[in-house]
Amino acid sequence: MRLTALTFTAAVALANVTFAETVAPSDVSFGEGGAIEQSLTGVAGDPVNGKDVIVNKGRGNCVACHSSEAWADTPFHGEVGPLLDGVGDRWSAAELRGILANAKNTFEGTIMPAYYKVDGFTRPGNAYTGKAAEGALDPLLSAQEIEDVVAFLSTLKE
Amino acid sequence: MKLKTITAIAAALFATTAIADEDAELVINGDLEIVTKTAAPAHLSDALDEIMSGWRFRSDGTQAMQMDDFDNPGMAAVDGAAEAWATVEGEKGKSCASCHGDVAESMVGVRAVYPKWNEKAGEVRTLAMQINDCRENQMGAKAYGYTSGDMAAMEALLSVQSRGMPVNVAIDGPVAATWEKGKELYYTRFGQLDLSCANCHEDNYGNMIRADHLSQGQINGFPAYRLKNTKLNTVHDRFKGCVRDTRAETFKPGGAEFIALELYVASRGNGLSVEGPSVRN
Ligand code: HEC
Ligand code: HEC
Repeated sequence: MRLTALTFTAAVALANVTFAETVAPSDVSFGEGGAIEQSLTGVAGDPVNGKDVIVNKGRGNCVACHSSEAWADTPFHGEVGPLLDGVGDRWSAAELRGILANAKNTFEGTIMPAYYKVDGFTRPGNAYTGKAAEGALDPLLSAQEIEDVVAFLSTLKE
Repeated sequence: MKLKTITAIAAALFATTAIADEDAELVINGDLEIVTKTAAPAHLSDALDEIMSGWRFRSDGTQAMQMDDFDNPGMAAVDGAAEAWATVEGEKGKSCASCHGDVAESMVGVRAVYPKWNEKAGEVRTLAMQINDCRENQMGAKAYGYTSGDMAAMEALLSVQSRGMPVNVAIDGPVAATWEKGKELYYTRFGQLDLSCANCHEDNYGNMIRADHLSQGQINGFPAYRLKNTKLNTVHDRFKGCVRDTRAETFKPGGAEFIALELYVASRGNGLSVEGPSVRN
């Protein structure tokens, strides 16, 4: 625990240096307004993969709730969440990272699921089987997938 | 394939425009008027002004299938259950009809008030529980599986006898504690997606969630024939699916949690017409 905390502090201190260590969901520190300053992996996000995470039903499936011009080629956009056009103007990368990891820190009581959180759930299941989860949960998206989505969303400017 | 792709694209283009006529009215067989939209019951007035049947949220084509019993694929099961009603089964040599006579007389209004308190048993009973109690204790026959085709069909037969009558389940007196428990479940966020029934069906009805037009999740139309799985579906089957979709461990059909949830959800529809078997996608 100590060691991870130290590593994390070191990572923050070396923010400008590539530091390829993944921050575990329980070690993420949310700042003002729910933002996460530090990259979760230290590896630059891949916007192409980020878009796939957004539109792919088996991955982020963000399209279930969000629409955008940027994925007009994907059929059936949800309207539960706001339109994400121009979202890169509205939020910084740190804020987007925070919204993805746990949107409840930014929007109190939001319906949007937390994509980088592994505990504190009621009756967590084993994916979509309806059965109880076995052992520790994986986050809904990996650290790098989060970085990839952040990279893609950052390109959505008006 | 080609056609499907084109249809999907067209659907996507129009996804934000109305895909269903939310102002359409349901009249079955040209004469049976169904209330699919009405003022919310008093206990719900903090949350909703109006309650609406899931029928209002379906596409024109799906809506039309429920307007004529010849087009309603759920009605085939009703015919089958009418036969079962009159068929002797079990050790006591009885059928439903032996005790209840003509279903069209004895069962009018029954669906509308379930789940309800059973004084003798000292428990809240769903219609499925009552059907199985009759089978086991009055007929000496085997219980139907809680969400089985036989059960769904018998529920459909009983539902038809109350079609058009307002749902009117009691929420006070001996059922009050169960109702409270159901309400708590309705507002509890389950699973790794951390979603409650209310997140989708109270806060977001009318919105598209991917390709699904979210309804209020009412159960006045159950059992429901779903075009998706081409069979009649029971209430607890639907609850199970919705809980599963939050990436949660579901509850058992027929178990205490879903019985309580059924009572509560049914009461949210007090005032809508009984319309089962309904047609949904
Ligand atoms: C179940 C619905 C749902 C899903 C799934 C969902 N979101 Fe959201 N999202 C929302 C809602 C609702 C809001 C608005 C915040 C609020 O008021 O609750 C939101 C807000 C946002 C915002 C801020 C938008 C703005 O304009 O201010 C971003 C960015 C975002 N979501 C990205 C995503 C991404 C990326 C994914 C998938 C990895 C995703 N969302 C999945 C419902 C959802
Ligand atoms: C992630 C969103 C979501 C959650 C959470 C959810 N549902 Fe649903 N539910 C749906 C969708 C989508 C449908 C199909 C379209 C419709 O009828 O709304 C549906 C349909 C239903 C129906 C069928 C309505 C009809 O007229 O055929 C019922 C009943 C229902 N839900 C009850 C519940 C209950 C009870 C819960 C909580 C235990 C719940 N739902 C949680 C998404 C959800």
